[in-house]
Amino acid sequence: MPKPDLHELPASTASTTRVQPPRAAAHQNAVHQNAARLNVRSGRRGPDSLKGTILKIVLLGLVDAFAVYVLMMLFLSQSWAALVVSSLVVLAINWIYLRKGGLPAKYLAPGVLFLLVFQVLVVFFSGYIAFTNYGDGHNSTKEDAIAAIQLTAQKRVPDSPAYKAAVLTKGGTFYLLFTDPSGKAQIGSTEEPLSEVSGAGKDSTGKANSLPGYETLKFQEIVANQQEILKITVPVSEDPADGTLRTADGSTAYQFKPALSYDAATDTFTDSETGKAYRDSGKGAFADANGETLATGWKIDVGMDNFARAFTDPSLRGPLLGVILWTFTFSVASVALTFAVGLFLAITFNREDLRGKKVYRILMILPYAFPAFLSGLVWSGILNPEFGWLNQTLLGGANIGWLTDPVLAKVSVLVVNVWLGFPYMFLVCTGALQSLPTEIDEAARMDGASPWRVFRSIKLPLLLVSVAPLLISSFAFNFNNFNVIYMLTGGGPRFADTDRDIGATDILITLVYKVAFGQGTGRDYGLASALAIIIFVIVATISAISFKQTKALEDVN
Amino acid sequence: MKVHNTLATQTTRRVFATGAISVVAALALSACGGTASTAPSSEAAKQDLKAAGAGTITMWVDAERSPALKDITEKFKSDTGIEVKLVVKDFAAVRDDFITQVPTGQGPDLIVGPHDWIGKFVQNGVIAPVELGDKASQFQDSSIKAMTYNGAVYGVPYAIENIALLRNTSIVDSKANTLDEVVANGKKAVAEGKATFPFLVGMDPKQGDPYHLYPLQSSMGSQVFGKNADGGYDAKQLLIGDAAGVEFAKKLAAWGDAGEKIINSNITGDIAKEKFLAGESPYFLTGPWNVPDVQKKGIKFAVDELPTAGGEAAQPFIGVNGFFISAKSANALATNEFVTNYLTSESAQDSMYTAGGRPPALKASFEKAASDPVVEAFGKIGATGVPMPAIPEMSAVWADWGATELAIIKGQGDPAEAWTKMAASIKSKIGG
Repeated sequence: MPKPDLHELPASTASTTRVQPPRAAAHQNAVHQNAARLNVRSGRRGPDSLKGTILKIVLLGLVDAFAVYVLMMLFLSQSWAALVVSSLVVLAINWIYLRKGGLPAKYLAPGVLFLLVFQVLVVFFSGYIAFTNYGDGHNSTKEDAIAAIQLTAQKRVPDSPAYKAAVLTKGGTFYLLFTDPSGKAQIGSTEEPLSEVSGAGKDSTGKANSLPGYETLKFQEIVANQQEILKITVPVSEDPADGTLRTADGSTAYQFKPALSYDAATDTFTDSETGKAYRDSGKGAFADANGETLATGWKIDVGMDNFARAFTDPSLRGPLLGVILWTFTFSVASVALTFAVGLFLAITFNREDLRGKKVYRILMILPYAFPAFLSGLVWSGILNPEFGWLNQTLLGGANIGWLTDPVLAKVSVLVVNVWLGFPYMFLVCTGALQSLPTEIDEAARMDGASPWRVFRSIKLPLLLVSVAPLLISSFAFNFNNFNVIYMLTGGGPRFADTDRDIGATDILITLVYKVAFGQGTGRDYGLASALAIIIFVIVATISAISFKQTKALEDVN
Repeated sequence: MKVHNTLATQTTRRVFATGAISVVAALALSACGGTASTAPSSEAAKQDLKAAGAGTITMWVDAERSPALKDITEKFKSDTGIEVKLVVKDFAAVRDDFITQVPTGQGPDLIVGPHDWIGKFVQNGVIAPVELGDKASQFQDSSIKAMTYNGAVYGVPYAIENIALLRNTSIVDSKANTLDEVVANGKKAVAEGKATFPFLVGMDPKQGDPYHLYPLQSSMGSQVFGKNADGGYDAKQLLIGDAAGVEFAKKLAAWGDAGEKIINSNITGDIAKEKFLAGESPYFLTGPWNVPDVQKKGIKFAVDELPTAGGEAAQPFIGVNGFFISAKSANALATNEFVTNYLTSESAQDSMYTAGGRPPALKASFEKAASDPVVEAFGKIGATGVPMPAIPEMSAVWADWGATELAIIKGQGDPAEAWTKMAASIKSKIGG
């Protein structure tokens, strides 16, 4: 067994440590040690060991076998776009792993695939939704909408009798054999109108169930052929106005007449009674001349409409500005306050000579261990004006509307969020503080710096190098901190100047939720996705700028 | 260099394995994106259920009702060979899941839910009408009325629920008819030290509770929507803002925090229940869902008719639970058979009652259940009720309605003005 020699490792280790924060350097060391250990374990060399090759062939074979299956399914379901993309992916995978060389691609391929599937695809999909009118009433394709309208337009003819029905077959065609309430047997199919028959065999309940020359279907057979049987519409007479007989369960039939009839050639629904015509309005619905639409519509592309609506809809525009301002206030204040409290506590509990440090630290992270939405509910109970613990016990029965006054509600939300968020900052700061070299501290003190000065000029800048990225991520998190707002105030108290259910503590993400899941006017995924994209742009911009600033911090050291 | 090489091979293998998994995941995902193929078949009668993809019916149901359906699904299976797969879903999300999944072909054949989902379902084209035929007369009228939308029946009802006034008989021993009498009794009990609150009704701190307050509102002649020719609610006739509604708003202010404090905006549903269970109030306006806990606590109570605040009958909203069939069910015939001939049976409705405790919609089952005086009382009150509007426009009403009532109860602003503004706001939403 060759002994690993750390000196043989790439020389880059030494050069990188200089600019890396201490923890990252430690991580790199660990990676190299790991590599060395791997080397010890395998004891083989060369890229083409037999085991490796076999494993490679087997795995690639499995992947390809599955891929072929998927491609076949895609072909059968005629999903051409998915088929092309999937084939390209499969080809790329095979090419990457079968060719010699191209090592980086072999490393990168899985990660990039995951990135594409779980991030890029999702982002693009919500991006796509933002340009459609997807939402209540615009739920599926036009074909589905037409089918659904036709389905619901079937109305039973008033006072028409209920028929017992049996399904028969002759020469590959399905027939329905009806028994009307008086016991008369009649037969018909989609092509042949209802006609009376004699000689039908009857069961004990008097229902006609067989006819010479026809074969009677058993229930199992009826179910196995249900798609065709459900399509049977037997005209009651030569006059189409009398309606048709249909069965939904294979054993009873009723006389139906459509209230609306669809003409595929002109793409028009016509009301059978009033003769009113409903045409494709171009907005994903059938509408008559007065703009009155049929209930069920379909999804269409609407271009930039949703973005335009976000800024022009009067019931959205007014509150939107307020909501954006409060979102910034909320997320910046949350980060600043949680960081201040967390850092203060971290420094306090970092003292070498403190006893029972472990117990304190455990107590400190308890709020972190609580699910945020549960704490939200608990706090909303504590803050109830009349029965809440805060007013009743601490404030001696004062009636303060902690969650119902617009300003106090904002304060309450912030306080609860700080309570929820400081343990995280406490943990992060404790970790960062402990990795700071103590010599600097000593050196500064020897030079006569006050503790405050040491903290401000030495510890804090060093701390920020490693903590700043976390502050940015914390900002992004709080920018979208749905749980606290939703469980504590639900966004309320409501603004008086808007029709929509938007309130003083709503942040953008709760606003999006309310738009998407229809607390007022129905679900509107298109508008919600447009708003989500706006949020994404804001957060991405701020994060990018902040990360640039962090780079500057690193250069200081 | 040799260290480098070995390291590379090792990692490559591992990376390769991960790569394989990710490809599989990617392909699986893209496979889901495609639409399921429906094999065309017009040949002679097929014999095998499973070959026709008709071996199972999938039903989305909540955890509470799932066990109650076991017997009837087993009977269906032994009769027809078709299995009914019960998929337990979270009740809060099931409606929206159904709407989004039916168009993809991944939805169930059947779903259990309250009747006021029908409007949204029809608007999104995801449910099919059910023709009950003569069986409709075996159900209570109010339940069939609730299931009727645009002139067609969309579901098979199994339970009716509505609110009533629970009275703690050890505090107040006689029944009262009007809210004034109820309040007088309650205040007397408070004055005698037998109670702390004259009357309890839970208020959501964010949304108020127009559902529970509706009997009071309807007794003053105020309704939400007018009705069209076929007896369904008509969104074009928004009646909520009329004179009777404004009168109700003024009364609300008088009952609220700034007035008599009969309706307290700080008492949530949980607090109201807790106080009633603690015997701190003679009256609790609530539904059958709180009755088991009241019984468990050993409180002697009576189920009283809803008190009137005006000259007309106090009509509660009734909610009817039922079964709905997907518009894109691939197994529609078998599903229809199961729904219209099995779920309408007395034994099925009986076992749904045993599981849920809510008055059954089938008359025969209700009569049996009515041997329990609580069920009987709730059922009687329900018979006077009106179905909760199922039209999609109703969702635009709830938020404004609740928030405005809450503000009025809190004594914020002029009640008449707030009420008129609310009506205008609802109208603009429905119109636009």
